[in-house]
This record gives sequence, structure tokens and C-alpha cells, in this order.
Amino acid sequence: MRSKKRDFNFILGICLLAITLIPAFVGLFWTPYDPEKMDYSMKLAGISIRHIYGCDNFGRDVFSRIMSGSGITLLIAVGTVLFGSILGTVIGCFTGYYGGLIDECLMRINDVALAFPSLLLALVIVSLMGTGKYQVMLALGLAFIPSYARIVRGEYLRIKNLDYVKAAKLAGASDMRIMFVHILPNTKTVLFSSVLIGFNNAILAEAGLSFLGIGVQPPDASLGRMLSEAQAYMFTNPSYVLFTGCTIVMLILGFSLLSKAKRWQ
Amino acid sequence: MKYVLKKLLSCIITLFIVSFLVFAAFALIPGDPALSKLGTNATQAALDAMRHKMGLDRPFLVRYFTWLFDAVRGNFGNSYSYSMPVASLILDKIPITLTLMVYSMILMVVISVPAGVYASYKEDTPVDRVIQIANQIVMAIPPFFSGILITLFFGIVLKLFTPGGFVSLNANPLKFLGFMFFPALAVALPKSAMVFNLLYTSLNGEKKKDYVRTAYSRGNRSKTVFFSHMLKNASIPTITFLGMAFADMIAGSIIIEQVFGIPGLGRILLTSIQNRDYPVVTGIIMLIAVTVIISNMIVDIIYKIVDPRVDA
Repeated sequence: MRSKKRDFNFILGICLLAITLIPAFVGLFWTPYDPEKMDYSMKLAGISIRHIYGCDNFGRDVFSRIMSGSGITLLIAVGTVLFGSILGTVIGCFTGYYGGLIDECLMRINDVALAFPSLLLALVIVSLMGTGKYQVMLALGLAFIPSYARIVRGEYLRIKNLDYVKAAKLAGASDMRIMFVHILPNTKTVLFSSVLIGFNNAILAEAGLSFLGIGVQPPDASLGRMLSEAQAYMFTNPSYVLFTGCTIVMLILGFSLLSKAKRWQ
Repeated sequence: MKYVLKKLLSCIITLFIVSFLVFAAFALIPGDPALSKLGTNATQAALDAMRHKMGLDRPFLVRYFTWLFDAVRGNFGNSYSYSMPVASLILDKIPITLTLMVYSMILMVVISVPAGVYASYKEDTPVDRVIQIANQIVMAIPPFFSGILITLFFGIVLKLFTPGGFVSLNANPLKFLGFMFFPALAVALPKSAMVFNLLYTSLNGEKKKDYVRTAYSRGNRSKTVFFSHMLKNASIPTITFLGMAFADMIAGSIIIEQVFGIPGLGRILLTSIQNRDYPVVTGIIMLIAVTVIISNMIVDIIYKIVDPRVDA
């Protein structure tokens, strides 16, 4: 019963991601309409054959905008997760392996940072560095470091006392070699699922920041940005807000189902 | 008691570190507050005078400790753009955001605990599965989108409230609470999905434990075992999460305030970030930090009371 349900998670997750990711990738090269092209005769047009998701307040095709918007959202998510997980892993490696005073201090700061909601942390960083695509990536990446550092540190604490590590030490392997060649590959299961969850959080946080108007700036349009624009017109053209929101929900649901799939356990 | 004192001490140290980091971050960023206040055509003499008046010409550590001692006494300086004390600016908005948070906290518990207990009680029945699926979907809906959906459904289809029609607490407390129900629901929904998950998993974990089998074998009714033995043990991780959720709700409230047009702390924080009004930003961030750290401390203490085996 249980294993069947987990596989169901995997299939549904892949399907949802396919629905959202394929248009996003296609959108990098081709969109049905120019996502920036305004056509006032089509202002807030509803669903039709020519514009399957309708048009926004400037008469821009919503489907094309979602295609390119998901691209930017995903780009930020990838950047954020890469930045956060790499730096977090390095910090976790050193603090977990060596321990000592630096570990003590860094983990104290880490605990405080973890207690802070990552969106607020990103908010602080954005207010220091300004708004924009790359600033959001950096801000969220920095905000994500503590969680990765904590996870990797825990793994290192557990693994560093295992027999094979002791054997490697006796064989004369250097600390660096033990850390990155012997221990790091064994943290991959834990890291992998936290990277998937990280994608989720990154999409959510980016959408949140852009929704608040302090994330991605025009002419760039991310899904969160579009949702905040669409909110103003939800009474006249609810399809705009619904399609944009549902794309975000499908992305998040897809990644979260995938991270729960049986085959990673 | 010793435990509480120890926690309190570590809490104060943490606050000290946080205050230093926050102050340093905002003091070291490029940009001159005096210049932005006077505009670019100000003379050098006027700039120097303004810097002196704002205390910007003093050494960094002196500025930090002056700021810290003022902050402890509730004085966060003056806002650049509103030209009024930050403390009174914030104080005005606290009741609004606090109501939203407490309201969402209550809703979260009211939604998630019965659902979690019920689903676990009925494990592997169709009811359980329906609740599970609904939970998965609710968890994936970001709070701002659930806010929009709630506005569409309750505001426009059912016409239960006027979207954007915020009523202040002083004007009409009853209408205020009525209006706040919907934003609070939007904040509470994603969080209650998480609480549900946690409670459900830990309840199902308890089912397999020895003491439960013993309780059954002594002839207790299954309801008694479930509610008076298992629920008590399963609630421990949930309590911890509730504390963390409280901190998260600050972030949730800031977003939801934007969706529903509520003039709370979130709106001031956002406009201050956009206007680079740093005294307000630091003030609000410190307020949030204090709330987060204190709520974590309270959770730790409650945890210790509920489960005295915990070592910290």
C-alpha cells in the first residue's frame, strides 16, 4: 500500500513538472506571441482560441508571459539553490568536520538565522542591496545557506566517526581528501532531497518577494510579479490571476511530490 | 528555574548578536542618509551639519552603543520619510499585525489539530485519503495566492466581505474582526497543512510503540488509548512547530497585508524598504527578531515542562 502511494507521488510529480517546465523551456526560444508586445484592442481579453489564457491589462498574451515568466522564476530558483547549497555544504563540511570554537560561533549565528523566516531574511538583504533579478538570487541564496549548513553539518558529525573514515585517516589521507572525497559522496541522499525541497522554497520565496514588488523588476516578469499585477484586475479578468497562480501551485506541488517519491529513500 | 535562567541568558546574548549584525548591515551599506534627506544640491556645510545632527560623524561602535541603549528604552530614532519617531509609527501598527497573527494562530490550531487527529484515528480509510490529498494541495498553495482565491470566493462569489474594505479597530471592532477573519485564514491555511502533517505522522508513529500495545493489552478502550496516551506524546513535536510557525506567520502576515490592503507593519516595512528609510526598517526588523527569539525561548521552556527528559 505504502510503496504504491509513493510511486504515485513520483508519477504525478513528474507530470505536473512536465506541464510547467516544458513550456518554460520552450519559452526560452519561442513564445506564441511576444511577451512584451502590447495590444490595447485585446486589453483584459478573456480566454479565446488565439489567446488560450487570455490577455493582461496591456493586452499582452498571458500564456506567452507565463512561459517566459516561469523561465525567470526557475532561473532564480536554480541560482538560489546552487548558491545556497554549495556555500552551505562547504560551511557544513568544515564546521562539522573540525568542530571547535568556530563551529560553536557559526552555529549560534546559524540558529538565529534559521529561526528567522527565510523570506524576512531575504527581505533584509534585498533592502540592503536593492531589487532586481540577481539581487533576489543572491538574497535568497544567502538566506538558504543556514539550512543547508545545518543539514550537512549533521551528516558530517555522524559520518566522521565511522570506521571507514578512521581507516582513511590511518592510511594517511589528508583532511581535505577525507572531507570531499570520502565523506561528501555519502551525504548525497540527504542533500538531494533537501535540494528538491529547496527548489520549492526558492520558488515560493521568489514569488513572495516579487509579489511584494521588491523582487524582479519590469521588464522582467516572474510569476510572482505577474500575480501581483494580475491581482488588481481579478474582478474584471479572473483568468489572468487564476492561470498565473495555478502555474505556481503546480510547480510547487510537482517538486514537493517528487521530493516525497519512494525512489530517493 | 535554572533552565529558564540559562535560556534567558542565551536569549539575551543572541539578541545582542542580532542587534549588532542588523545595525552593522545598515550602517555599512553605501549611501548617505544625510545626502538623501537634503537632496543632491545641498552644500557641503549643510551636509556636515546634518551628519553631525544625525550622529553620523561619530565612530561606528559609539553609534552602535548609543543606538542600542536608545533601542532598549524603546527609542529607535526618527523616520526619514515620515519625520516622526519610529517607535510611535510602529506602535500604531502593532495591534493590526498582532491581531492578524494571533487570529491565524487560533485558526491554524482549530483547523489542523482536529483534522490531524481525525485522519490518524481513521487511518487508511477513504476519509483519511481525502484529507491527505486536500492537505497536499493546500500545502502547495502559497499564502498570497490563497489570499487571492479567498478574496475571489468569499469576497466576490459569496459576497461575505468587501475586498479591500479594511475597517480600523477603533472605528468598529466587530467589523474589524469580521474582516480580519479572511486574511487570517489565508495565513493559516498553508501552515495548518504543515501542522496537520506533523501531527499525523507523529500520531501514526506512536501507534507502533510498545506502551500503546501494553495499554491495549490491559484492556483499555481504543478511544482512551488514542486520546489520553498517544495524543499527549504526539503533541510534543507539534508544540515546537507551533512556536516556529509563529515566527513564520510574521512573514506570512506581511504578504497577506498586501493582498488584502491592510495597513499594518508589513506595509510600513515595504514602503520603508523602497524609500530606504533605514531607521524604520531596522526598528521593525529588531521588533521581529525579538518576537522570534522570545517565542523560540517560550517554546523551549514549554517543551521542557511537557517533556522533562529534554536536555538543553
